[in-house]
Amino acid sequence: MDQNLRIELGKQGIFVTTIEELYNWGRRSSVWPMQFGLACCAIEMIATTMARYDLARFGAEVFRPSPRQADLMIVSGTVTKKMAPQVVRLYNQMAEPRYVIAMGACAISGGPFKQGYNVLKGIDRYIPVDVHIPGCPPRPEALIQAFMTLQKKIDGQPLTGEGRPRFLDPNAQGEFPVPEQGEHDLEPASNKGVWPVPITIR
Amino acid sequence: MKSVQEIKTAIETAFPAAGLEFVPNPGPSAQHSLRLGPDCAVDVATFLRDDPELAFDFLSNVSGVDWPDKKVAEKVKVTRTVTKTVDGPDGQKVDQQVEETVEETREHIEPGFLEAVYHLYSVAKKQGPLVLRMRTVNRTGQTSLPSLTPVWRSAEFQEREVFDLFGIDFTGHPDLRRILMWPEFKDHPMRKDYVEPDDFEYEPTAHDEVLRRAQEHKGSEQQTASSDRAGS
Repeated sequence: MDQNLRIELGKQGIFVTTIEELYNWGRRSSVWPMQFGLACCAIEMIATTMARYDLARFGAEVFRPSPRQADLMIVSGTVTKKMAPQVVRLYNQMAEPRYVIAMGACAISGGPFKQGYNVLKGIDRYIPVDVHIPGCPPRPEALIQAFMTLQKKIDGQPLTGEGRPRFLDPNAQGEFPVPEQGEHDLEPASNKGVWPVPITIR
Repeated sequence: MKSVQEIKTAIETAFPAAGLEFVPNPGPSAQHSLRLGPDCAVDVATFLRDDPELAFDFLSNVSGVDWPDKKVAEKVKVTRTVTKTVDGPDGQKVDQQVEETVEETREHIEPGFLEAVYHLYSVAKKQGPLVLRMRTVNRTGQTSLPSLTPVWRSAEFQEREVFDLFGIDFTGHPDLRRILMWPEFKDHPMRKDYVEPDDFEYEPTAHDEVLRRAQEHKGSEQQTASSDRAGS
């Protein structure tokens, strides 16, 4: 629809929109995060929800203690290999539409523990991540920036065709395999469908 | 504060067959330690806790040490009989048996062992730390030591951690399970010969040992990439 005509109609007291816009506006304005923290990034996440930074301004006022009621998983902190199956299981238990923010160096790549034996080198090896935030830990402003990036992403999603959200695509993968804790490492070491093994060029 | 030697004498008076060894620390801290024989370690520990003069009532720390097999080279003087050609008295060459001393380097392997180290303090007597050590027979088969958890309850979680990361079996421990790694895990990550899983990309400026591993990793990376291509 023509933008000028729309503004003109608005001046006359007629509000015109599309289903897609209305739907995405509703979705992006009520993204409820899941209430769980893994390490020191969780402290920054808590600070973000408190009065000074006030994540509630963006429609994320309630942290749900149950994955069934949450839309957003903020992976805030180091994911150890002992914890990784539980994180993937929690993600599987969330209802669509669901999004993931990987918060901090550990959650996106293993961070300072990258060469350790017991830390998962990034949660994106098992579940699809929408927004990555670098930082150790990221400041609350960075989390707010990530949240706004996610809102922009939701806003831009069409309801049909290419690029539609996963829950509107009947062929999209709904459940992600939970890794087993093996004798030496997690099995498999990564979900190839989500995270192709990168080739380093030297 | 009683010195380690005084404590050793006190223990030996109470337990003549204790099998103690004084392990000196040559560093500036001079924090000497006592090595306990595993057989009467629990009795000695109970004595250290209950004796009114010593009263070590607080166990601060339990740690593990891995001593891998050590290759020791020593120089030995060996006397051998060697045949030498010497000028004779009448100008002729004569073979003669001569004894010669040669320095030889001999190598032998000192078997490794695992060690549990306990740091004790006395709150009542304001003394400490007293460092106790216990050694296992070897690193592979006989790795059991008596647990001191019945004497100091605070040893429980720390002995579990030593069991998890070093693989020392503490006999007499009430609940010996892995505490950090998952129960299906088989390795002991803090041992010197532990090989960590190759599951990360290395930094581009790798060097030395890391460079060697990075090159191995690159090989396996290319393998998986080519097998992926073949599969798809």
